[in-house]
Amino acid sequence: MSYDKFTTITSPAVPLPVENVDTDQIIPARFLKAVERKGFGDNLFRDWRYDRSGLPKADFVLNNPVYSGQILVGGKNFGSGSSREHAAWAIYDYGFRVVVSSFFADIFKNNALNNGLLPVVVSAEFLQKIFNTIESDPKAEFTVDLASQTFTNVTSGESEPFDINPYKKHCLMNGLDDIDFLVSLKDEIAEFEKTRL
Amino acid sequence: MTTKTLFDKIWDSHVVQQVEGGPDVLYIDRHLVHEVTSPVAFLGLETRGLKVFRPENTIATPDHNVPTINQHMTIQEELSRHQVDMLTRNCEKHGIQLCGLNHPWHGIVHVIGPELGITQPGRTIVCGDSHTSTHGAFGAIAFGIGTSEVEMVLASQCILQPKPKRMRISVEGTLKKGVTAKDIALYIISKISTSGGTGHFIEYAGSAIRSLSMEGRMTICNMSIESGARGGMIAPDETTFNYIKGREYAPKGEEWDKAVAYWNTLKSDEDAVFDTEYTYDAADIEPMITYGTNPGMGTGITRNIPLGDDLAGSDKLTFEKSLQYMGYHAGERLLGKPIDYVFVGSCTNGRIEDLRAFAGFIRGKKKAPGVTAWIVPGSKQVEKAAQEEGLIDILNEAGFELRQPGCSACLAMNDDKIPEGKYAVSTSNRNFEGRQGPGARTLLASPLTAAAAAVTGMITDPREFLIDY
Ligand code: SF4
Repeated sequence: MSYDKFTTITSPAVPLPVENVDTDQIIPARFLKAVERKGFGDNLFRDWRYDRSGLPKADFVLNNPVYSGQILVGGKNFGSGSSREHAAWAIYDYGFRVVVSSFFADIFKNNALNNGLLPVVVSAEFLQKIFNTIESDPKAEFTVDLASQTFTNVTSGESEPFDINPYKKHCLMNGLDDIDFLVSLKDEIAEFEKTRL
Repeated sequence: MTTKTLFDKIWDSHVVQQVEGGPDVLYIDRHLVHEVTSPVAFLGLETRGLKVFRPENTIATPDHNVPTINQHMTIQEELSRHQVDMLTRNCEKHGIQLCGLNHPWHGIVHVIGPELGITQPGRTIVCGDSHTSTHGAFGAIAFGIGTSEVEMVLASQCILQPKPKRMRISVEGTLKKGVTAKDIALYIISKISTSGGTGHFIEYAGSAIRSLSMEGRMTICNMSIESGARGGMIAPDETTFNYIKGREYAPKGEEWDKAVAYWNTLKSDEDAVFDTEYTYDAADIEPMITYGTNPGMGTGITRNIPLGDDLAGSDKLTFEKSLQYMGYHAGERLLGKPIDYVFVGSCTNGRIEDLRAFAGFIRGKKKAPGVTAWIVPGSKQVEKAAQEEGLIDILNEAGFELRQPGCSACLAMNDDKIPEGKYAVSTSNRNFEGRQGPGARTLLASPLTAAAAAVTGMITDPREFLIDY
């Protein structure tokens, strides 16, 4: 699908210091019934965000107006569980462009990259520092620079490099998706099939 | 380097091209499709004006949100009906075999693939569902993908994937009585954690694994994803070939002999190197049950909930949050805790052997009053076998009934939702918060342990009953 090109983002961040955030929490199964990729942000973290009667839970971070920004910071093993791409759509649709954690589940990472959402892996120590910075100043800003592959804590000036597959980086920076590329290989694929029969 | 793992052999033979500095273009032999993760992919194809590249290698079934009663009637819930109708429309339009509701092949996507003989050794198989790892039991590379990737495969029969690392988990020795494949799976995840397999493809090996039936092997491979691994696989052998032989899509005649000759080459070379290796002793494994909100939070059923003393910082907070959700306390005994629901089903334990194990256990006993039990076959063919083998009569006599096939309470997208705060012993694969319904509390276990809970109304060691089992 098409998404905005990704270059540099400077923004405050929303902290979610919970480990093993699974995709059933990010978007519960009962909200997967749409047949289009729209509107999933409304139900992002649905059961943590709203009580059973649909009222916002005051203690959940997305309901706290003090926090805002395009960067979501999660605890380790973010995005485990179900392969539902709706999780990445929901986070993107809500307005995030970056998710930071010390560890991501594989399928979630792929899904995020395929949808213009950048997963940034930082060290466990650096992650803790990010949480600390936000705790003392919810408006503290962070910069994600995809070209140089660095994540910077603007307040402290500290930064850490992050890894990304060069092909995926190219796709994100240019807003390209894989399907056009694969379709361009049709002849090669047909040739390959002959060797398999 | 010439030595290769089983995984390397299959992966390498499916690489169409290597993208410079990027992932491999991996050819996909079979693509399984269901109603929830496919509509946006089909829509994407249409927007691009593309057709499905290899419809003959694609098969579809609606399983995630179908009701498990009155399947002959129109689906009541509008959004579910719409998704199922979309799948039907998309399959018709693109010439894809659909095993719709009431089709004799209908069922959970990971149950019907093997049942129809579509799942074969040496194949690459994907589906927009993380438990695609199930098919690895046949010595195939099978893994779950996201919807963008579903669209890639529909458009090109290929997917862009970086090659994962290799892990081998060996379980050696003989399993104790009352210990099943599900217990092995929960045991492994409790050891390596829900992120221990991340970045890896697992090969399960060792005498305890070899001794399992195909259905047991599927249960183990199914749960690979719960350790974070991309998938799991087991080298094919006679058990595998015997299972496949004669099935709908299995090779026949001369083709069969050729296939078996190839399948026999599918094993890791003796000196093949794995990035990570674990070995466990089958004798150490007890019937397992989970007490928390991820599949790694499991323990032997006779043990107490851990104290969590060794945890600190966010690990500790996560542990406490989880117990709070479950209404449990650190250090508590699990045996004897009351339960409200029992769910037997899912692509983990919804096959005929699972129903046999459950029915064998409850034969001559009665469902505990106050327990609600949902017994859901994984497919129409499982349902039919249960009928023919008389399992349904056994169930009925003990106060249970068999529903119709589908994912059901495994993810509660249909009406089969465990109510808030209630405890469910479930043979499915995920005990995440709200997985079986908002506020539901899930205890993952084997069909035997589920049966013991169903007749006592509490967490019970199934081995207590094994004399007359
Ligand atoms: S039974 Fe459960 S785990 Fe299996 S495919 Fe259905 S929802 Fe997924």
